Amino acid sequence: MSDVVVVDYGAGNTRSVRAALAHLGATSVVTSDPSTIRKSPKVILPGVGSARSAMEHLNTTGAARALRERFDDGGSILGICLGMQLALETSEEDGGVEGIGLLAGSVYRMSEGRVPRLGWSEVDPWGETYYFAHSYAAKSKDSVATSDGVIVAIERGSFLGVQFHPEKSGASGLSFLERCLSRA
Amino acid sequence: MPLPRLIPCLDVANGRVVKGVNFLGLRDVGDPVELAKHYSDGGADELVFLDIAATPDDVATMTSVVAQVADVLEIPFTVGGGVRSVQDAIRIIESGADRVSLNSAALSDPTLITAIASRYGSQAVVVAIDAGDGVVHTHGGRVATTTKTIPWAVEAAERGAGEILLTSIAHDGKREGFDLALTAAVRGAIAIPVIASGGAGSAAHVVAALRIADAALVASIVHENPSGLPGLRDEIEALGIQLRPLKERP
Repeated sequence: MSDVVVVDYGAGNTRSVRAALAHLGATSVVTSDPSTIRKSPKVILPGVGSARSAMEHLNTTGAARALRERFDDGGSILGICLGMQLALETSEEDGGVEGIGLLAGSVYRMSEGRVPRLGWSEVDPWGETYYFAHSYAAKSKDSVATSDGVIVAIERGSFLGVQFHPEKSGASGLSFLERCLSRA
Repeated sequence: MPLPRLIPCLDVANGRVVKGVNFLGLRDVGDPVELAKHYSDGGADELVFLDIAATPDDVATMTSVVAQVADVLEIPFTVGGGVRSVQDAIRIIESGADRVSLNSAALSDPTLITAIASRYGSQAVVVAIDAGDGVVHTHGGRVATTTKTIPWAVEAAERGAGEILLTSIAHDGKREGFDLALTAAVRGAIAIPVIASGGAGSAAHVVAALRIADAALVASIVHENPSGLPGLRDEIEALGIQLRPLKERP
């Protein structure tokens, strides 16, 4: 069995996540198969694409349900960017989309500053700088970190979601992924 | 606001890096993968690959380069030059690029911007504008169109572009500094970020651009000494612009 399952939702670019995992010595497989998602030691829900097509794919394949069951069983899940946002209940994106609903909260279109919010920014209180590329952001009471006043990490039970792209955040991102992989 | 970004730009033709690079110290002088890795390790915040040959066959060649680059790079990168259709964009992004840059293809069919943005999000679409005498130019800056620069930047943003890569043709390659007035005028007219391009000859030039724009594109200033990127970063920081902190890889 691979160390990590990277959940496929038809958006394509999972290459960078897998390359970062390989650099850390972790094997990975890209799939939307529900039983593989339920059984894997670690699951990553990556972040490229649009909310509507991602949710359609996750619902059709049964991956969304497998992720909910996995979450209820305490299985570790890391959501990245859109992958974090999909774990919430609803999103304003694409005219309104219902998410997987692992955590209470919603996703709104940002209006402060330059949007999309592009580039490297420090995350409080973690004190690390990561790469961001997003137009939407999370509203959630499970916030554990912010950046420029935006919620950039949410955590509840075995789910951790981050708005930044650890796979695109150089050495800092690799260290972050390494810590996620060693988390019980 | 995110930190300002320093973005080396690599010109690629037929899968090889061409022109302007002093390849001293690199094993394979034209290998985009090795040079990308080198710049990434040297502290680039992002990279841009521009396919300057851009024949139809090049998308296939570029796709293979993109996949190899994505396997070794842990920073974001943009690919432009040969992207003429949604299909081209899909191939480039699904091979591992973070963003595509559209230039003349977006001018001839602006709906392309919206089509790619609705599939991958605005952050995945850069519109490159080669500007001179108030109008947009095509064919590497050689042919003037009747499209005015600022209205085109506004339209591109409205159609879903996530960033403007703004090159001043008059300043490009001269290494005498960026066109700060043009950069400020375009950035002031839109709410998406702007990459200033054309004219970087010193750290002071880059600093002046980064006080106005969200990012600065650099080419010959880094290519003539690929090992000098960390030094350039230090100079920029010494002049008062904070860049991202660099860490040791695990």
